[in-house]
Amino acid sequence: MTAATASVGRLDLRRIAVSIAAPALAILFSLVVTGLILVSTGDPVWSTLQQVWEYGKQPRVIALSINQGITYYLSALAVAIGFRMNLFNIGVDGQYRLAAFSAAVVGGSFSLPKPLHIAIIVAVAMLVGAMWAGIAAALKATRGVSEVISTIMLNAIATSLIAFLLGKVAVDVAGSNNVGTEPIDESGAFPGIPLIPDSELDVYGFLIVAIAAGVAYSVVLGRTRFGFDLRATGRSEPAAVASGVSVKRMVVISMLLSGAVAGLVGMPQLLGGDSRTYSLDFPAGLGFTGIAIALLGRNNAVGMAFSALLFSFLDASSIILDINDISKEIVLIMQGTIVLSVVIAYELVRRYSIVAEQRRVSRELAAEREARPEGVSA
Amino acid sequence: MHAIVGENGAGKSTLMKILYGMQRPDEGTIAVDGREVTFHSPSDAIDAGVGMVHQHFMLADNLTVLENVVLGSEPTKGGWIDFGAAKARIKEIAETYGMDVEPDTLVEDLGVGERQRVEILKVLYRGARILILDEPTAVLVPQEVDELFDNLRELKEEGLTILFISHKLDEVLQVADEITVIRRGTTVDTVDPASVTARQLAELMVGSELPTPETRESTVTDVPVLEVEGLSIRPAQGRPVLEDISFTIHRGEVLGIAGVEGNGQAELVEAIMGMRTATEGRIQLGDTDMSSWSTRSRREAGIAYIPEDRQRHGMLLDAPLWENRMLGHQTEKPNVKGVWIDRANARKDTERIIREYDVRTPGIDVLAASLSGGNQQKLIVGREMSGEPKVLIAAHPTRGVDVGAQAAIWEHIRAARRAGLAVLLISADLDELIGLSDSLKVILRGRVVADVDPSTVTPEDLGSAMTGAGEAT
Repeated sequence: MTAATASVGRLDLRRIAVSIAAPALAILFSLVVTGLILVSTGDPVWSTLQQVWEYGKQPRVIALSINQGITYYLSALAVAIGFRMNLFNIGVDGQYRLAAFSAAVVGGSFSLPKPLHIAIIVAVAMLVGAMWAGIAAALKATRGVSEVISTIMLNAIATSLIAFLLGKVAVDVAGSNNVGTEPIDESGAFPGIPLIPDSELDVYGFLIVAIAAGVAYSVVLGRTRFGFDLRATGRSEPAAVASGVSVKRMVVISMLLSGAVAGLVGMPQLLGGDSRTYSLDFPAGLGFTGIAIALLGRNNAVGMAFSALLFSFLDASSIILDINDISKEIVLIMQGTIVLSVVIAYELVRRYSIVAEQRRVSRELAAEREARPEGVSA
Repeated sequence: MHAIVGENGAGKSTLMKILYGMQRPDEGTIAVDGREVTFHSPSDAIDAGVGMVHQHFMLADNLTVLENVVLGSEPTKGGWIDFGAAKARIKEIAETYGMDVEPDTLVEDLGVGERQRVEILKVLYRGARILILDEPTAVLVPQEVDELFDNLRELKEEGLTILFISHKLDEVLQVADEITVIRRGTTVDTVDPASVTARQLAELMVGSELPTPETRESTVTDVPVLEVEGLSIRPAQGRPVLEDISFTIHRGEVLGIAGVEGNGQAELVEAIMGMRTATEGRIQLGDTDMSSWSTRSRREAGIAYIPEDRQRHGMLLDAPLWENRMLGHQTEKPNVKGVWIDRANARKDTERIIREYDVRTPGIDVLAASLSGGNQQKLIVGREMSGEPKVLIAAHPTRGVDVGAQAAIWEHIRAARRAGLAVLLISADLDELIGLSDSLKVILRGRVVADVDPSTVTPEDLGSAMTGAGEAT
């Protein structure tokens, strides 16, 4: 019995080591690639990286990173729900933009006591996000349309739809030639948290929602019947069907969930920012960053939190590069290399660990046999 | 012709993989024609004249025999594939070894036996002098087995060496010139087939006394448990997959379905499990009509299911064993409490299954992929027998399982039958069908063509009924 317990302990350690090795290698590799590119463009490698680091560790920039990280994380969660059952929700981008726009319009049209006002805005966002994703889900479940294609097209449609609707409801944003929705009243503002000492910038209060969403994601997937069905479908659809999972139903539910979480992506900015309006310069493309982060974080709630922070840190601290006349696109290259190499690294590690485990199992079985000669067995 | 026999998990497949260069040995040497060789990949093995015929055919259905054979080593002339030369070569090989194959037919139109011949041809085409056959008879009916053996004898006469892996000991005894028995990774003995009986051989393999699939004392009651009536599946185009299938299985009864694979058995099982919609017909469990139920409701109502293809339908290969124990029972105790997974109890119950069904594994946290096929199957059987099912749908419950585990699985089925389980047994192993079943039906092209009494029928008779040879008489 002790031997069995020990082997379980060793196993877990090994798994953890293996799962950290891949992203660590990928990040290292991307640093090398970035270095090579810097050398080829004639920029000093070491001092560039140092600049990024020095700039990035200022309290204000850290707060900025965390704020950006919150939206990245929510976006990654939305993508990961789909990933866990082999659904590629490329449409998080359209879903969150349409959701944020709708929530901004609804939230700007009336005023209520604070918690209620916020709750309604968030609910509208989740609902709209889920509905937009639901279109792709319905198409897949009823007509077998690939969700990859439909969500990409829905992204394009969302862009045009928002532009069209914004034209109908837009008001001028004070002090600029930007246009946006009617600003949401103060009662809709999500209070910030002064998390970072010495920083005049508060962290979005939505941090709490993001953490709660991450915990819920972990618990629902790992600990509930529903989560088991979802993961089973992702691992092997035929096996899931044979076990009694209705795949169509799972497709619809998980797409709706993914869309609802996507609806949250725009909320930190909308409710935690100063302007509380959906304007022309509302951040776009977060849905795609979410895909990269979900890949890097391996759809794991904690892993994705780290990768969201890594990405947002790189984004926030890259501003210094522009100031110092180094193209800040170097950070994009770095992020791209990380994702590309991590996907390869995970696959290599996966194959390696399956083979290693098969070997280990046969070795342990052999050892057990020697220790317990035949006939004496229990 | 050398045969290798051994239990599942004894290391036969691993040995074959090493010989074919798919896996590297930690120690030891391989010599071909007295010359020591190291294989880094299957192509090294092919270069050395070693060819492998896999248990599962690796053929492209939508290509012709000719195209399949040359695939991967196409003869070229000025950059174009020289089909003329290839065809001539195939004809020549086919004639030399007495193998009757038409190069221009599509593989999808071929039967199982013919497909296997194409596989062998493919290997010969690449110049193999040593043939490795992995469980070649698993998918064949007796008549086809005889044909295969004729082919193999012919190959042997032409001077080829054949390495033959099988579970079916009487077949091994019939064709092999020498038999090596391996058990748990080591060679137990090399014997002369003339001097051993199948029973002695099996005992060498298992290392203990042997079982038979006999279940003569009847436990059949007159309480119907599963009734299927007029079940038909007719695709929009083409011929019906199932046509008017009706049967009743009573408490304590095993109903066997015999038939060559691909005659509607898989569809029948899927229709009963609710994974495939029947065009018409009624499926009734006890007194309730469950024709319109979902797969999950059927499973919850007490239908256990051992799927034909365990890796595709029965397992999550990259999930740990205890999660696999839940699969198919993820709404039932002890796996869940309300909407929550009950980890502690699911894990404890997995331990129980591993103990009772002798699943050889170092723990319940290893991935299902790390277990050998036989041990995976034992876990599935253990899982499906848990929770006191009313009906067991068992498709090839002992396929690819070693003699020892086979006996254990039979014993479990028999015990459950005594306790009142109704079993629908589908198998390609005719001895298993005859030995376990209380009644037998033969299925051919989606229809039941014969009812057979398992206590009087011989495997040969059953085989001819399955191929339709008996239809004329």
